[in-house]
Amino acid sequence: MTATLAPSGSSVALDWRRALLWGGICALSLVSVSLIGLPVGMNKRILIEPVLSLGYLFLLWIPLVFGYVATTVVVLEGVEARKSGVADLLAGLTAGLMGGIGLTLLMVGLDTVNIRKPLVNWSPQLFRLLTFERGLEFGIPVWLGICAGLGLVGAVLHQLPAVARRVMSWVLFGVMAVAILEAVIDDLAEGFHLEWLTDALYYKKGGTEGLTVTSAVVLALVLAALPVVTGGRVKAAVDHYRDAPSEDRRRTSLVLFGAIAVACVGLPMILGGIVNELLANVGLFLLLALGLNIVVGLAGLLDLGYVAFFAVGGYTTSVLTSSNSPFFAPEWHFGIALLFVVVMAAVAGLLIGAPVIRMRGDYLAIVTLGFGEIVRLLFLSDWLKPYFGGSQGITKVNPVDIGPFKVQGSDPRSVFYLVLFFCALAIYVSWRLQGSRLGRAWMATREDEQVAEAMGINTVNAKLMAFVVGATMAAFSGAVLAAKVGSVFPKSFEILVSIIILVVVIVGGMGNIAGVMVGSLVLIGILGGPRQPGLLQEFQSYKLLIYGALLVFMMLKRPEGLVPSARRSRELHQDEYLQDAWLGDEAETEGDQGAPS
Amino acid sequence: MTSGEASPLLEFRQVNTHYGAVHILKDVDLSIYPGELVCLLGGNASGKTTTLKTLLGMVIPTSGEVLLNGEVVNGKPTSFRVENGVTMVPENRRLFKRLSVRENLELGAYLRNDRDGIEADMERVFGLFPRVKERIGQKAGTLSGGEQQMVAIGRALMSRPTVLLMDEPSMGLAPALVQQNFELIQQINDDGMTVFMVEQNANMALSIADRGWVLQSGAVVLDDTAEALLANPEMRAAYLGDDRAD
Repeated sequence: MTATLAPSGSSVALDWRRALLWGGICALSLVSVSLIGLPVGMNKRILIEPVLSLGYLFLLWIPLVFGYVATTVVVLEGVEARKSGVADLLAGLTAGLMGGIGLTLLMVGLDTVNIRKPLVNWSPQLFRLLTFERGLEFGIPVWLGICAGLGLVGAVLHQLPAVARRVMSWVLFGVMAVAILEAVIDDLAEGFHLEWLTDALYYKKGGTEGLTVTSAVVLALVLAALPVVTGGRVKAAVDHYRDAPSEDRRRTSLVLFGAIAVACVGLPMILGGIVNELLANVGLFLLLALGLNIVVGLAGLLDLGYVAFFAVGGYTTSVLTSSNSPFFAPEWHFGIALLFVVVMAAVAGLLIGAPVIRMRGDYLAIVTLGFGEIVRLLFLSDWLKPYFGGSQGITKVNPVDIGPFKVQGSDPRSVFYLVLFFCALAIYVSWRLQGSRLGRAWMATREDEQVAEAMGINTVNAKLMAFVVGATMAAFSGAVLAAKVGSVFPKSFEILVSIIILVVVIVGGMGNIAGVMVGSLVLIGILGGPRQPGLLQEFQSYKLLIYGALLVFMMLKRPEGLVPSARRSRELHQDEYLQDAWLGDEAETEGDQGAPS
Repeated sequence: MTSGEASPLLEFRQVNTHYGAVHILKDVDLSIYPGELVCLLGGNASGKTTTLKTLLGMVIPTSGEVLLNGEVVNGKPTSFRVENGVTMVPENRRLFKRLSVRENLELGAYLRNDRDGIEADMERVFGLFPRVKERIGQKAGTLSGGEQQMVAIGRALMSRPTVLLMDEPSMGLAPALVQQNFELIQQINDDGMTVFMVEQNANMALSIADRGWVLQSGAVVLDDTAEALLANPEMRAAYLGDDRAD
């Protein structure tokens, strides 16, 4: 290696290649984020009045992150880690500065040529935003300064003690979260009669107007004080939980689970319409994701046509409970319709499952993808129009009548409770199945089908069962959707639904119920479903972009998902060194003379 | 350990199998008696693994009869045969790599319902392989080759078999381990288990086996005691290598 280890650690030569590489990526990111249209699109969303909008935030975090990443010291076991020093600050500065240069080139380009034809966002608005409406001679030095400065800050973060770094990121994320989640916090505050708090926090001049500078500073101070007050007790508790014997951990999990259950039942009573609507959507997709988790996560069958079962549930419910169903409108009660939903889902599961059950991996994925589209197209077709209404779908689905309550879309709270019921059911069933014989058969089939068969497992049955159970959960979700929206259209069952649910399962943590729950909460709750707005409604048009980026990031950096099951995380990170283990195997087994006796 | 007058535990009568139109096993006759240690030898693509799969019911013969305990089981599924004491240790061990050692063992007992019996058998496996107990919570894929072999045999024993089918037990193991593995097989057989193994390593297999068959292009070409096979000049030329060390 060329790098010399100076004793003081401060005069280490700057690794130019690395700094320039990260700088280049930084510049590229800044330019592409600008050209995607994020800054201009999000500029109206003020975070801190009047200094920061969401649009600018999208630009500002980039040099900061790259400054940090460019100067991260890789710690290798057994090798003395390079001490970070002045050279690192320089590297951070360089990385940031290159980002600034990227933006400079963009601004100059925007000013001189017009290529708006292919690049829609090559616009005067972008130019005005980047130059702060004061022309190039102002914009260029300011961006160079900002980027270099932020890159430097990113590098400095490494020099700070870990505690300070944690507090800083906590404050930064906290303030931004409070600003971005203004609508929800407003909604929550109303439920708790805390309007005075939000009035003090936010600028409030009609609509969402962001924090005021004063409130942002106060909030930052409060947030910074929090870790000092708790004195790391939260972290200690988490660590304690992690290291606790399984017996204790189970008890803690139960308590936690109980608390979540109570919150689920109680909170919606005080929450406002927006949050309840969001939660209902989260539940709807959680139900779908739990089903897919069984099919993909446990049984290892990559089903890309999962939306078909969602559609079957929705249409079955609509036909049976709507007064407007074209050919057959018995207008039954939702509960009776549910029985038929289960039957239809099982039939659909078998019909789609049976022909593809012998296929493996990629073939299965492609064929199910086709089936998913076929089902949607059938509902859309002129051929079945007399039965399912074609593109007009079926409307006037009766609200669900449960004694004194009526579940209908105009009352998100009631929908939430209906969804909650089904989710609780699905979670219980998933949990029981996971530890059951069938669950074990699924896992064995996923691991090695032939050997599973040799153990006496009927793999065909096991796989069909996975399809049927998954289909039933999806169909329940479809039934709730029909009751919630009051109508079904083929448009609600596009292929995108399958893909988004799959992303939820993967990002959350495949084969893990808690992971799937967190996945739906984060993705559907915050970003929104295929047709449902999420918490960040501003992201609506960039939703798929963010989904994609998140998926790529997760696959590269955290393939086990947000909440890995202990099992998955172990196995995935083992894979990384399994190869070495395998290479070392020969040597190890050679000396492995401990004969079994 | 001789066959005596007992009726065969497992038997092939004029068995033929096809993969699609391709003829794999051709009029194969086999009989395995209780307590025997027998081996099926043959080169690549001679139909050894197909024989095992046919015994387990994963391949259905196109003609002929497969008998288990004197009963024709041609149409019976794999689960029936596993329940009635037939178990396979697959080639290359093929553990469920991402499941724990315990889960692997439990899957061996998949068809059993007697919780206590399963626990007892697990203890028995630990007694046989103390190493396996140490590794109980680990992913099977992280074990060394030798340990994986122990788990594979343990997994097979968990179904409480009367006959153990072993597909190429020497495959993919270091030489020292192959020796150890064969000693283990002999020990299991000494404890009363009937063992039917399929091997390419004819020398090694015949050194512990009672009887053997040689399979060539799907047909049985030699059927004799181990000693006779070892002495057979044809056999020595084709499979044993004439410059045999011992």
